[in-house]
Amino acid sequence: MSNGAPTRRHRAASAERLPLPVLALAVAAVIFFALPFIGLLWRAPWSSMWAILTDRAVLTALRLSLVTTLWATALSVVFGVPLAWLLARVDFPGRGLVRALCTLSMVLPPVVGGVALFFAVGRRGLFGQYLDRWFGLRLPFTTAGVVVAQTFVAMPFLVLTVEGALRQLDRRYDDAARTLGSSTWYRFRRVTLPAIRPALIAGAVLAWARALGEFGATITFAGNFPGTTQTMPLAIYIARESDQSKAIVLSLVLVGVSFAVLAGLRERWLRA
Amino acid sequence: MLRLATASFIVLLVTGTPARLTAQAGPVSGSVNVFAAASLTDAFEAIGVEFEAAHPDVNVVFNFAASSELVAAIVDDGAPADVFASADQNNMHKLVDAGRNDGDPATFATNSLQIIVEPGNPLDIATLDDLADPDLIFVTCDPAVPIGAYTQQVLDAAGVDVTPASLEENVRGIVTKVTAGEADAGIVYATDVLAAGDDAEGVPIPDDLNVVAEYPIANVTEAGNPDGAAAFTEFVLSDEGQEILAEFAFGPADAAASATVVTTYPATTDG
Repeated sequence: MSNGAPTRRHRAASAERLPLPVLALAVAAVIFFALPFIGLLWRAPWSSMWAILTDRAVLTALRLSLVTTLWATALSVVFGVPLAWLLARVDFPGRGLVRALCTLSMVLPPVVGGVALFFAVGRRGLFGQYLDRWFGLRLPFTTAGVVVAQTFVAMPFLVLTVEGALRQLDRRYDDAARTLGSSTWYRFRRVTLPAIRPALIAGAVLAWARALGEFGATITFAGNFPGTTQTMPLAIYIARESDQSKAIVLSLVLVGVSFAVLAGLRERWLRA
Repeated sequence: MLRLATASFIVLLVTGTPARLTAQAGPVSGSVNVFAAASLTDAFEAIGVEFEAAHPDVNVVFNFAASSELVAAIVDDGAPADVFASADQNNMHKLVDAGRNDGDPATFATNSLQIIVEPGNPLDIATLDDLADPDLIFVTCDPAVPIGAYTQQVLDAAGVDVTPASLEENVRGIVTKVTAGEADAGIVYATDVLAAGDDAEGVPIPDDLNVVAEYPIANVTEAGNPDGAAAFTEFVLSDEGQEILAEFAFGPADAAASATVVTTYPATTDG
């Protein structure tokens, strides 16, 4: 009896026994997520895969996607972390409304975001007309426009993740640092940031993944042209009409990259 | 009614070519899914109203998009289309090549192209040559989309080299970008300029450089409502349907002869 208990406890910890119906539903969910990707692999043109992958147009779209999503992620971090801090630490009237506003683009259909950006910062938009008139700056049909569209839909993922981490943070470290006479900026850099680093990285990766998949806001607001605004999702959409196998290969690349990043993220940063 | 349906069914079994025969056999009902080129939006919506008035039990459901997108949806993805109306023969060929046409496609309308510009033509665009200005924002569609292919034909004929700022999803996307002021110009169908009303202006393209865009229509095999499909196609080709298309400035299928021209489709194409 006394030497049986640890074994059982060990087994319970390593593989918790779920009630059978729960397990069945969970497995069904896994199959539901796996099936579409199996379908994609099933239709993949394996023999022409390499030729399509090294096609100049494909590489152009892939490079544009990587460049724009890294920019979008950087902008999300630069503006999103302060925003998360504001939402988590400063109690001001209407905070709930501000949070809702700043995360609205997460739940809106992206095409709505694209149309809204169009009217706000398009060439004839409410503010865009002044960007054009005063600075000669135009966002539609430019790579900068792609970055704006991606940042618009991606940043909330970072903000919510970081805000959650900031709320859960033990503020006594911060208080201790303050009693030792450190400045607010110093405490933010040396106490808060290191503590929320896992959440910051997780949020940045989520934002990056969302930017990588961005389609609706990009095609509506920034347009679609190879090399300047045609990112991977747009290239897939266009290829579907003319060259299905190219569309499948492009899709597999996106799936592979996203899966690798999410799986890596899980292993490295979220295991706590 | 039931007996009539049964009779139709027997005719179907015996002949194997149901659509045309049963269309005249009696009133049709249910939904008819019509997949139509984006440029047909306004004209087909008007036709839909009249068609539903003539067939009270029928509900027409339109799916307007680029012809290339629609035919890909039907052929590759098995989208439930009863009727396909394309803005060019090329995309209709894709339906025929896949063996998904029920009966020969019939050309039911024609169209021509115009340069679409903002109201008042602020950049004074008068000819195709003016589109070559590198500061001008010109938008078009992928060459798979009918208007993209036609635009390329026209620019090639004029010997003008234009770098587009964007490839829109369909011709209405080009119209939207110009009417919203994001783009300076595009080449669209004359009917689209008319449909845009006061929000845009058209600059004519000379006949010798212009194209005649032919619109073919066909019933789709494996359709959910073959009787409804046949009735709709017949309505489009009827005098009433042709009058509505003319109201929206579409040209007749063949100005010289009858309104119905059956194009011959080769069994195989090398496209």
